[in-house]
Amino acid sequence: MAIRERLSGNEAVAYAIKQINPDVMPAFPITPSTEIPQYVANYIANGEIDTEFIHVESEHSSMSATMGASAAGARALTATSSCGLALMWEVLYVAASDRLPIVLALVNRALTGPININADHSDSMGARDSGWIQIYAESNQEAYDNFLQAYPIAEHKDVRLPVMICQDGFITSHGVENIELVEDGPVKEFVGEYHPEHYLLNSKEPMALGPYAVSNYYMETKRAQRQAMLNAKQVILEVAARFEQMTGRKYGFFEEYRMEDAEYAIVLIGSAAGTCKAAIDQIRETTGKKVGLLKIRVFRPFPEEELAEALKDMKAIAVLDRSEMFAATSGPLGAEVRAALYQAKAQAEVVNYFYGLGGRDITVDDFIEVYDRLEEIARTHEIKDMYEYIGLRSR
Amino acid sequence: MKSTDINERSPWQDITEGNQIYEPATSRNFHTGEWRTCTPVFDSAKCTQCLLCFPVCPDSCIPLKDEKRGEFDYDHCKGCGICAKVCPFGAITMKEGK
Repeated sequence: MAIRERLSGNEAVAYAIKQINPDVMPAFPITPSTEIPQYVANYIANGEIDTEFIHVESEHSSMSATMGASAAGARALTATSSCGLALMWEVLYVAASDRLPIVLALVNRALTGPININADHSDSMGARDSGWIQIYAESNQEAYDNFLQAYPIAEHKDVRLPVMICQDGFITSHGVENIELVEDGPVKEFVGEYHPEHYLLNSKEPMALGPYAVSNYYMETKRAQRQAMLNAKQVILEVAARFEQMTGRKYGFFEEYRMEDAEYAIVLIGSAAGTCKAAIDQIRETTGKKVGLLKIRVFRPFPEEELAEALKDMKAIAVLDRSEMFAATSGPLGAEVRAALYQAKAQAEVVNYFYGLGGRDITVDDFIEVYDRLEEIARTHEIKDMYEYIGLRSR
Repeated sequence: MKSTDINERSPWQDITEGNQIYEPATSRNFHTGEWRTCTPVFDSAKCTQCLLCFPVCPDSCIPLKDEKRGEFDYDHCKGCGICAKVCPFGAITMKEGK
């Protein structure tokens, strides 16, 4: 029987951690993810789980200690946000290259500067090339569900890569929603016990991890790492199918909302999808315009072919980025979606918006305006500015 | 997969996950002596077996047997010259080249 609860996104992830009872959690507090290690520390203090909590002096250390624990053979995790993730930067790459199945609960927050504590995706988008699998949530329910799926993906023998489970700071991390939790028993069965084939504390098999690779080996190593990311696609779908059997909740690389007959689509990541869905319902009800949403769940590996297949027959598409990459062109999602469509020889008009930076609100009316513009673009085939902002003050 | 099965002609499919090495002491297979540009030369006639040289070698290239040092391990000696510097009897001299 599922458990009905009301939890914030941080509580939901912490609850998932409690149910999994991992071996080691080094963590350093940073808003808005602080509550996750805080709740876990409570569970440990109350004797509800026997996870080893390591107090570290920085996020560089928390990721390093998580790596060390994972290399030793433990199921390890940490949590962070924003500049905390930035301070982990070099270690993120090593964790992926060393093929350690770590899970990171990331609560997305804008990178400094200017200093800001609210939601955007500049932190995780900056880490998009680090070799981590990235899975994003729209709601607290999805944050919880994604976290339960993280270790089965990360630890799969064909993958063995670290996984970042992302949710939007404050919007879901601190917003309390109704949630359906899985009972402890089925969670434990679903996630399973961790028995790595090779690990440093195995006295029967002395081993070396993370050796130097000269130029004669580096490129082959990176190609092998790419293969793990390629393999992850199949594993992510298999784990999602198994999760659906357990809960009835269906997950894939992305969610398509009212896309069956859609002509105008928005592509985005994260919590803004909820607002977008409300706009879609309203537009369809009042005008009958065929509008839809494609919400990316898995950004790494990037589901290029599947995404192009889902979007190729649209008349016009708006890709919404919740982070800048200062290419003076697209945001990261805009660039990759456009590349996918180009490869599929899709004829759809594509525009790219920046929205929600540093926690800027986005409303149903904003989405209605975007769909209106898509319709106009499809009619006129004129795009004045390929890169626009939503909710930006301008003269 | 043994580390000796992987070499500079190995295709990427044969590289272990994360370059992990599943056996101990494989550094012996890696001949750091190839890096050497100066070579220590041992003169056993001048050597008093004081054994100041052997503990300072950063690469454990001075073998010790029955409390006596032997000839250098040139497979691994990088030619740093610390042993020559520390020898009080001029029994170790550095020569240019391998």
